[in-house]
Amino acid sequence: MSILNLQGGPLNLRRAIRVWQRHLTVYTKLYKSSIALNFVEPVLYLAALGLGLGAFVKEIKGMPYINFIAPGIVASSSMFAATYECTYGTYVRMVYQKTFDAILATPVNLDDLLAGELIWGATKSLLYGSIIIFVISLFGLVDSAMIILSIPLLFVSGLIFAEISLIFVAIVPGIDSFNYFYTLFMTPMFLFSGIFFPLDGLPGLVSKIAFFTPLFHLVNICRGLAMGDPGSIKWDVLWIMVVAAIIAPYSFRLMKRRVIK
Amino acid sequence: MAIVEIRDLIKDYGRLRAVDGITLNIEEGECFGLLGPNGAGKTTVMKMIHCYMPPTSGSIRVFDMDVTKEKSEIKARIGVMPQEENLDPDLSVIENLIVYARYFDIPEKKSIPKAEELLDFVEMTGKRNLKITDLSGGMKRRLLLARAMINDPRILILDEPTIGLDPHTRHSVWEKLDYLRSTGVTLILTTHYMEEAQRLCDRVAIMDSGRTVAIDSPERLIEAYGGSLEDVYLKLTGRPLES
Repeated sequence: MSILNLQGGPLNLRRAIRVWQRHLTVYTKLYKSSIALNFVEPVLYLAALGLGLGAFVKEIKGMPYINFIAPGIVASSSMFAATYECTYGTYVRMVYQKTFDAILATPVNLDDLLAGELIWGATKSLLYGSIIIFVISLFGLVDSAMIILSIPLLFVSGLIFAEISLIFVAIVPGIDSFNYFYTLFMTPMFLFSGIFFPLDGLPGLVSKIAFFTPLFHLVNICRGLAMGDPGSIKWDVLWIMVVAAIIAPYSFRLMKRRVIK
Repeated sequence: MAIVEIRDLIKDYGRLRAVDGITLNIEEGECFGLLGPNGAGKTTVMKMIHCYMPPTSGSIRVFDMDVTKEKSEIKARIGVMPQEENLDPDLSVIENLIVYARYFDIPEKKSIPKAEELLDFVEMTGKRNLKITDLSGGMKRRLLLARAMINDPRILILDEPTIGLDPHTRHSVWEKLDYLRSTGVTLILTTHYMEEAQRLCDRVAIMDSGRTVAIDSPERLIEAYGGSLEDVYLKLTGRPLES
């Protein structure tokens, strides 16, 4: 944790876990409704595109279209779980519910609190991605049991999505501004990450840009493992680990500037 | 050794100077009031005492520790009842106390009986499973007081503890605070109600525009300046307190 270079005392992981526990307590009260909702959308994508479009697009890279997109849906569900949690969720806790102020009056300091938010966002990434892995495996859309290996990596990429979300929370003037984040950043990333079609068919610039987005690498990871080809993903794994570590200090620094006057 | 030592304290928000050179000591076991109108800097001083934000310059020592360095150690022994209600709306009444106790590393084996005891103390035993949104304003204030006591604090920080309460509930909160003081807890409160300051405080600091204009017991201030504490305030600052 020393890479974070945190001011005002070292980050205390035990106190960060206290914040994570609070979120888990709240989540276990509400999970029935929220899990069902998060479940519906990915399955709709799979059904509509996998079956609907799949009737016309027979095969991509030697596999049925629905099998091609299924691992990508794991990646995107996992991504949206962390970003919703750490944009709207965090913002509401910070600004409307004043949960941050309440917690900061306890031994938990701001670094601990922010780490708790990030770990919780990553936990939701892991959880929601895992559910989709279970679903697509149930439908027989996965060739290799190696897909299981993507689960810890969903946590790492979840950290990146949570970190990027906190950076936006730190700089937005109001909750409506998240529309810009989703329309201008998340939606293009979702569409051009290689989930629905390989990027090689598009102008070279698109895959060059995609290389700098975390989702592109997570899709490669999930698909590579679903195909039983772990050798193809080593650079993607390195990419998400390095980027998760690089972005973290910015999330902390910008959020501190936002919270403490 | 004073339990809180404030020296030449200054706090700026951008170009606005909210606290402008305060020096004072708060002794263990006393009830100390910061008295002044909105915008006098009372809440800002309180937030710096409980390590929420650092001073721009000057120093605050609490339990003989620096508020910018030993934040967790100080906060572990302080209870804070904020002016703005910030109970956790995603949790029930009792869960608010138990989850809050976890931030202090108090295990559930201890926090559950403690939470029950505190709900009894603030007369909310029957409300333990209610949602926060179903509580009245007075019940929310009382629950905030209970939550502030979950860690058996040595110092209780009360920012406008009875703001917006009806007279009956206000008196009931005062009685709780009397009891706490009798157990040796140091109380630091802000108020802009004269009656509250006179009723509760051993000493008050009268604040105006980020400075203290007088620090003494309510009785001695009244003796020196005559009339009521209200008149004292008017004489010291040239304007009435309630604005």
